Amino acid sequence: QPPRSGPAMLSLDFLDDVRRMNKRQLYYQVLNFGMIVSSALMIWKGLMVVTGSESPIVVVLSGSMEPAFHRGDLLFLTNRIEDPIRVGEIVVFRIEGREIPIVHRVLKIHEKHNGDIKFLTKGDNNAVDDRGLYKRGQHWLEKKDVVGRARGFVPYIGIVTILMNDYPKFKYAVLFLLGLFVLVHRE
Amino acid sequence: LRKNVEDFTGPRERSDLGFITFDITADILNEKSYLKAFGNKNSIFDWNVKQLFLYLSAEYSTKNNALNQVVLWDKIMLRGDNPRLFLKDMKSKYFFFDDGNGLKGNRNITLTLSWNVVPNAGILPLVTGSGHVSVPFPDTYETTKSY
Repeated sequence: QPPRSGPAMLSLDFLDDVRRMNKRQLYYQVLNFGMIVSSALMIWKGLMVVTGSESPIVVVLSGSMEPAFHRGDLLFLTNRIEDPIRVGEIVVFRIEGREIPIVHRVLKIHEKHNGDIKFLTKGDNNAVDDRGLYKRGQHWLEKKDVVGRARGFVPYIGIVTILMNDYPKFKYAVLFLLGLFVLVHRE
Repeated sequence: LRKNVEDFTGPRERSDLGFITFDITADILNEKSYLKAFGNKNSIFDWNVKQLFLYLSAEYSTKNNALNQVVLWDKIMLRGDNPRLFLKDMKSKYFFFDDGNGLKGNRNITLTLSWNVVPNAGILPLVTGSGHVSVPFPDTYETTKSY
């Protein structure tokens, strides 16, 4: 047997492994990969059902709720209709025509006897309320604008998604490495 | 937890605008209602509490709306800040506009101090302080007083 000598030999071993994998093993790995992706999607859909929110986990994108939340923090939302909207709650809402939801705190509510509610929000770190952000002519938010209420949070972890958004090359690198890992991993 | 207030109303365009001045005396550190709910004996500022977002809200009903809540004042209390508040003659930070004219002659405006516990990581509970104050608004508008 020829003597092994470090990294040069290791990389050849790696390529040999890949070549040795016959077609059946390759299909097996692809199916494995597909199962992982499906399970992840199922978990996400399950979360959507349990929380009642179309977006149960969101990443904070701006500093308007500092010092409580910073860019990159992860928020866990629920959007149960039975939970009434009350002042002090942190809501994630969408303004009509805008894609990106905003995370701010409820400052005022006016609720009618039949349950219709209109409310005003403000970011903790902003000097004024959000009326300037709403659509032209819109003075209040309504239940239909709400994506969810923040019930829990974890700091920092969302930075990865922000990086992947701002630097597409980083996103492709991450996906490429993930794909490579799954395909080559022997299990 | 104690609050004292004086008040008067002034009309602005079409909606009632209320003016309230208040004192807040609060001992958040030993707030019993919070401790009972979370079983923590020593301090509300435990290892997992980053800050408290305090807010004073006024709650009332009017002819137009069954429930109205307006935040009059808020404050961020960071871990390490003095947990005892002694605030006197505070003016509300935000304009106390009603949606309509429901403040005039409204006898029952309840002021409550609440806070949002922001942990280093975990659940974000909203806690209402024990003790609240009822404030009546007078039947007439003030036209001359400056604020």
